Amino acid sequence: MGNAIVYIETRDGALKKASLSAVSAAKDYVSKAGGDVILAVLGNNVDSVAEEVAKLGVAKVLKAQGADLENYVAESYTQVLKQIAEANDASAIFGTATAQGKDLLPRLAAALGAGMASDILEIIDDKTFKRPMYAGNVIAEVEISTPVKVLSVRSTAFPHAEAGDTAAPIEDFSYSLDSSKVKTKFVKFEEIKSERPELTEAEIVISGGRGVKGPEGFKMLEELADILNAAIGASRAAVDAGWVPNDLQVGQTGKIVAPNLYIACGISGAIQHLAGMKDSKVIVAINKDPDAPIFQVADYGLVADFFKVWPEFVEKVKQLKAEEG
Amino acid sequence: MKILVPVKRVPDPDVKIKLKKDGSGIDTEGLKFVINPFDEIAVEEAIRIKERLGDVEIVVVSIGGEESTEQLRTAMAMGADRAILVVHPDYIDPPNVAAILAKVVEKEQPDLIIAGKQAVDDDLGQAMQMLAEMLDYPQATFASKVEIDGTKVTVVREVDGGLTTVEFEMPGIITAELRLNEPRYASLPGIMKAKRKPLDKMTPADLGVEVSPKLTVKAMSEPPARKAGKIVESVDELVKLLHEEAKVI
Repeated sequence: MGNAIVYIETRDGALKKASLSAVSAAKDYVSKAGGDVILAVLGNNVDSVAEEVAKLGVAKVLKAQGADLENYVAESYTQVLKQIAEANDASAIFGTATAQGKDLLPRLAAALGAGMASDILEIIDDKTFKRPMYAGNVIAEVEISTPVKVLSVRSTAFPHAEAGDTAAPIEDFSYSLDSSKVKTKFVKFEEIKSERPELTEAEIVISGGRGVKGPEGFKMLEELADILNAAIGASRAAVDAGWVPNDLQVGQTGKIVAPNLYIACGISGAIQHLAGMKDSKVIVAINKDPDAPIFQVADYGLVADFFKVWPEFVEKVKQLKAEEG
Repeated sequence: MKILVPVKRVPDPDVKIKLKKDGSGIDTEGLKFVINPFDEIAVEEAIRIKERLGDVEIVVVSIGGEESTEQLRTAMAMGADRAILVVHPDYIDPPNVAAILAKVVEKEQPDLIIAGKQAVDDDLGQAMQMLAEMLDYPQATFASKVEIDGTKVTVVREVDGGLTTVEFEMPGIITAELRLNEPRYASLPGIMKAKRKPLDKMTPADLGVEVSPKLTVKAMSEPPARKAGKIVESVDELVKLLHEEAKVI
């Protein structure tokens, strides 16, 4: 019986919210497998994140800080996490299936000689997990046979861990980095700035596909997004056409979202798009093709041309919000 | 310069997968198989590098049953120079894929390895990062742009909230994101030529690898189906239902 380590992802000294789901998953794991939950925070300016996550009802927080961890690089973070895992009797290492988690965790698994399950949805016991395959059309029960297991968590499948009143101890972890093994050099990060909530964290997502016909159509979606504080998403077709940035793509190979409300406009509902949004609580589809597969997953469908009904929809929602004050 | 491109045979991602009745696997009856779309992008990127730099040999490698020769031939029809099939018809997990590829790399000594960012059948996305660790190589995953200047490789990576640029000295590993390029179709002369290009076969044992999975699939089931909802007649009705019934706006 070992401990569950959670890699806490940060960006610009701020906690990445998806990590809160990984903490919940780790708590679930130790309730079935035993052991403690230990959080690992890496970076160069992560004191405040360490203090924030210490309140999540865990055994302790380990802080690995240094100028050489300022920018994330898989090779350096793998070395530090391996040292943390070995020094803390780890039986499972959790992270999230974010871009960084997907880059880092398999490398870490190899360094530890561990088996890994990606994108887990459920923890059955200390070695068995549920995860999606074939764009979510199949749910597989997988078993990891190695003593140490690495798990990336699908953040929409676990709740965010909540902060309590008491804080766990925070300890500095002193690591040693073999810089000859860090062969990838970080050059720069160009942020795509947005005033809107992050796609994977928004309560409401409004997505456009081929049927919104271009950047102008997305401007129309933004009008409602402003009223509802929603995030904007897109189908692969809209991203491929260059109408919106790549990181708005919802689907098997893009972002996986599960908001309270997902509004799909002019999206036909290809298998790989459905894989990214079908766990949303309420799905609305507006499409002029009554046979579009999106209607098979939609709670409310409106068979209509997007351009004909959207302005009225926005207006009515605006009125409703005005009445509510 | 030599580029190694691992490719995987997967069911056509545009076809809905059905399970066998006993949940032991997917129903492959009548199923069409293709090169994993992300691996196809990797093959295309290797060909574009060859077109830019000239003196480049592209070797494609697959692990699978004999039927995987089909996908290797397709890659050669696109423009790869030769192929290796590591014959292993049974299930294999990413750590073992990486172990086999590490041996292939040892034999072939490629300068670059370019692969898809994930296979669209098991959606694991692990093998290349594991291979990078085993070989002590740099890794640049989710690449949307690759530039080569002598032995220096610069890669723009798609990450959450933006783009990260990294660089490394060869050898190293790159995984392809959707937007790296748009793969070409194999031409008819390409298909004819591919039939005569060399395809070597070997087994994991020939490479000194004993396959013992760390990750196994115990059972498969269908996800809970979402029941189709209502078709509404008007915007008014839609707004009313969203407000009063679903209570989401």
